[in-house]
Amino acid sequence: MEIEKPRLIGEDGRRADGRRPGDLRPIHVEVDVLANADGSAYIEQGNTKILAAVYGPKEIHPRHLGLPDRAVLRCRYHMAPFSVEQRKSPAPSRREIELSKVIREALEPALFLEYYPRTAIDVFVEVLQADGGTRCASITAASLALADAGIPMRDLVAAVAAGKVDGLLVLDLTDVEDKHGEADVPLAMMPGLGRVTLLQMDGLLTPEEFKEAVKLAMDGCRRIYALQKEALRERYVRIRKEIEGEGP
Amino acid sequence: MRWMAKEPVISKMKKKRILQLISEGKRVDGRGRLDYRDIRVERGIIGTAEGSAMVCLGQTEVVAGVKVGLNMPYPDSPNEGILAVNAELVPLASPTFEPGPPDERAIELARVVDRGIRSSRAVPLEKLCILPGRRVYILFVDIYVLNHDGNLIDASALAALAALMDTRLFGYRLEDDRVLLDKSIWLQLQVENYPVAVTVANIGGELVVDPCLDEELAMDARITITIDKEGRVCAVQKGGPGTFTVDQVMEAIDIAREKASELREKVLGG
Repeated sequence: MEIEKPRLIGEDGRRADGRRPGDLRPIHVEVDVLANADGSAYIEQGNTKILAAVYGPKEIHPRHLGLPDRAVLRCRYHMAPFSVEQRKSPAPSRREIELSKVIREALEPALFLEYYPRTAIDVFVEVLQADGGTRCASITAASLALADAGIPMRDLVAAVAAGKVDGLLVLDLTDVEDKHGEADVPLAMMPGLGRVTLLQMDGLLTPEEFKEAVKLAMDGCRRIYALQKEALRERYVRIRKEIEGEGP
Repeated sequence: MRWMAKEPVISKMKKKRILQLISEGKRVDGRGRLDYRDIRVERGIIGTAEGSAMVCLGQTEVVAGVKVGLNMPYPDSPNEGILAVNAELVPLASPTFEPGPPDERAIELARVVDRGIRSSRAVPLEKLCILPGRRVYILFVDIYVLNHDGNLIDASALAALAALMDTRLFGYRLEDDRVLLDKSIWLQLQVENYPVAVTVANIGGELVVDPCLDEELAMDARITITIDKEGRVCAVQKGGPGTFTVDQVMEAIDIAREKASELREKVLGG
């Protein structure tokens, strides 16, 4: 009956998927993937696949929810019923409600909400396939979707988790590593400004290990930041090509 | 997004005053930067609960009650009892709390308290198994906020822990492979670790512990760090719309470590 804990670090010090402790999974990010949304992005991080869309700034309904001095940022993190092994009920779980809140609070510091009083900015995140690190990948994608929507930002927000598995500090945990590991430390930051916008942890770490994990995750964020900027740049290269193609 | 809470507002004058004081190293209620408000913990206050405790942290008041039952174990942990933490921000506690299902604030509160207890293995769940795969104890920890004056997380974490330490489990008899309650026998629940949550707020670039409600409304962000009896970190949660610098995060860890052992000694006697 007891669930066996799989071996997470091999004899050669490599992880189950062949990565070294400090390696990220292969990441593919793309911007402007949904026609209806004001901004959108898609991310594949290993086997994790997530879509993010932004609508707004737009009129807020019901009106009494509006704020006189700034926009209201709303965020929904949601997992598709087919995104996990055992079908997940589509109704929002307590976990999804908590993650919606922390993702919103991770993105909010990057925005100039005071530019758009009495409006709403909606961020919708759908996890299509989950293999660990979904809250962080959601933030990475959602911040690109916000930039894609043309909303002024202080910086992009990049996110990734560090953690401890089989006694070793590792970066960008998969689902198995998260479930059977000793600790998980998701972190989001604005790398250009050196500011941490999300930090959580569960598991057990000494304060020294925790500080190391924070540094490792920050290092991962900086690498993801470069990929985010590249994805945004690619979008404008594409637009430019389209315009030039239409020229005389 | 129905679960979003309507955040209370603070007047600009009050906020300015709080920031002004903080920049001078002072606080609205006269405390130092790293001082907690007065803490009072009282155990065993609810007769109908198998364990209970009330925590007063300044004007913040929280009651935690533990109810015990028998349940099927979860399929992925057939040899473990079940711990379920829930929080209710009841409307009598604050003008900003409304009746209805728990909003995101209540859910975050319950989940952060839960993570501290679970990660530190304060309650050894494997000892709560009666028949593997069939019958286990289930502990419902219900956190009831009675008056909201800020720092609900620290007060709730203390209340939940104190209530668990106060908890007695009823006995059982096995009859033809069935588990029957036996309320003539009572066993004390073994609590093996003492996780203590310490919330550090970033107000205008300064770090302070135990923010009161006005300080929470003026703060940029907060970070809650839960420390177990060995001084290890067992849960962390950043909240609020603002940010922390890396140096502030590292400083907050050191503050939490120090304050946690102080709190643990004061409140739980080791």
